[in-house]
Amino acid sequence: MMRRLSLLERRQALTAWLFLAPSLVVVALVAGYPLYRTIALSFTDTNILEDRPAEFVGWQHYRDLWGIGLTDEESFAPEGAWFRGDHDWLRAIRNTLVFTVVSITLETLLGLLIALLVHSELRGRGVMRAAMLVPWAIPTVVSAQMWTWMLNDQFGVVNDILLRLGVIDRGIAWIASPDTALWTIVAVDVWKTTPFMALLLLAGLQSIPAGLYEAANVDGAGPVRRFFHVTLPLLKPALLVALIFRTLDALRVFDIVQVMMGTKHDTITMTVFARQQMVDFGDFGYGSAISTSIFLMIGVFTAAYVVALRVEVD
Amino acid sequence: MAPPAVRLAARLLRRTLLYAAAAIVFAYMVFPFLWAVGSSLKSPAELFAIPVVYWPSEPRWENYRDVFSEQPFGRNLLNSAVVAVATTFLSLVIGATAAYALGRYRFYGKRPIFYGMLAVSMFPQISILGGMYVLIQAFGIYNTWIGLVFSYMVLTLPFTVWVLTSFARDIPRELEEAARVDGATPLQTLWHVIVPIMAPGLVTAGLLAFIQAWNEYLFALTFTVENSTRTVPVAIANFSGAGQHEIPWAQIMAASVIVTIPLIALVLVFQRRIVAGLTAGAVKG
Repeated sequence: MMRRLSLLERRQALTAWLFLAPSLVVVALVAGYPLYRTIALSFTDTNILEDRPAEFVGWQHYRDLWGIGLTDEESFAPEGAWFRGDHDWLRAIRNTLVFTVVSITLETLLGLLIALLVHSELRGRGVMRAAMLVPWAIPTVVSAQMWTWMLNDQFGVVNDILLRLGVIDRGIAWIASPDTALWTIVAVDVWKTTPFMALLLLAGLQSIPAGLYEAANVDGAGPVRRFFHVTLPLLKPALLVALIFRTLDALRVFDIVQVMMGTKHDTITMTVFARQQMVDFGDFGYGSAISTSIFLMIGVFTAAYVVALRVEVD
Repeated sequence: MAPPAVRLAARLLRRTLLYAAAAIVFAYMVFPFLWAVGSSLKSPAELFAIPVVYWPSEPRWENYRDVFSEQPFGRNLLNSAVVAVATTFLSLVIGATAAYALGRYRFYGKRPIFYGMLAVSMFPQISILGGMYVLIQAFGIYNTWIGLVFSYMVLTLPFTVWVLTSFARDIPRELEEAARVDGATPLQTLWHVIVPIMAPGLVTAGLLAFIQAWNEYLFALTFTVENSTRTVPVAIANFSGAGQHEIPWAQIMAASVIVTIPLIALVLVFQRRIVAGLTAGAVKG
């Protein structure tokens, strides 16, 4: 049975909605409508470079993209390939997933090490904390350009250092070579975002009561046991949050790839691919179908996150 | 028990290793920026020297002048400043009232709205690129400051609301009640009581919004076409030299240093606030 709301409660609710109204209107306009419009575009053959009225094409773009229900004549896939859809798209998914998994694994391990290091009794912790914010504060485009210069095959400092150390015997074309291009992107991303990971984990470490470590000491637990039985379990919430944020970021990676590699096949990611179709080729219909696919893929992940962590309102 | 001398040696070794590791990590994080500073002061001969020259023999400050004379960089800086300041201001004004409602009021439908904001702040920019382009064209704000500020609201507003809500929740209830007893309207309460207490939160959220708008690349690249509206990230990614294949590295590095120094200064001054903002909600959640 519904309780009748008191006058005060109703007045409160009305005030709250009035306060919310501007934000709701803006979000509807800058997020809701463009999202709806993108989805609508994905069912048309809109091309902004061609001067003709757009037509409704139904699921055509999605079928081409994912290769669902295509006959062999309709599919552009190589003969005998298991994936009947767009192989450039498959490549973009593959690159994005490899990038995401490898960079996040490295960032988590390295971030955890750095967080533990800064958390330990170290003089100059303040300086370290400040230094950690440097890569994070540098705009991604700037860090991409900085690294492009450092990784230059002839005049770059990275090759110079590796040559001096005897690790390599001649300069490597890190960016141009298909063997190293994707790993180069991973390395730059690891440099840029590991400090962010370390900061989140450091905040988690600092919230662990010191008394627990003392208790573990009294019980005779060594440093390794303390780490696995006290630190890690208590760090889990912070670790999980950091992981999820980074995963969402990595799945939509754009800046680093676009600036360092352009739309090169070896490194093209989902976002770069979608923008290439839309802006470079003017194909807003197909590009929007890709955008919408990315939205759904990341949306599933986000929903799982909100449910799994039960982010609390109160 | 090991003899004291051995224990002392072990401790000494441990400390040495710890500091060595810290030094390596420090160098790893700071070196690329220092390398950019060094490169920005090199002459072309030193920039393209084999073997690599590590520090310029004589700093060539002309590179910094050339950024402004040979590139439209002054204009790019103005564009970025105007767009980032306007975006931050709008996000804070609109976001603070929403955060107040979400953090302090109890009403039906609050939960879905909070989750909605959270979801919007997480969803990928690319998923609205096509629709946003069409909308910006329809409003006639393509290739303008307003167009960029408009599109940036999707990045900064939900995030601002989210960060500020976590600050608003922590305000003691007695203060509002005192204001109500004194006969203040909700808007007066917000302005005279809540905003001053939320000031640290506003600084944090404002900084994060500013940095986000200042660094944004995808929308800026797509919704501007001329140097009169291009922001710094787009400009730095597209600097070109006299020849088609000549990349003006010294100028790119000089420009990189110019845009990064204020950011690093901001971040160092407001270190604690920024870390608090990044972990707000995240760690509590």
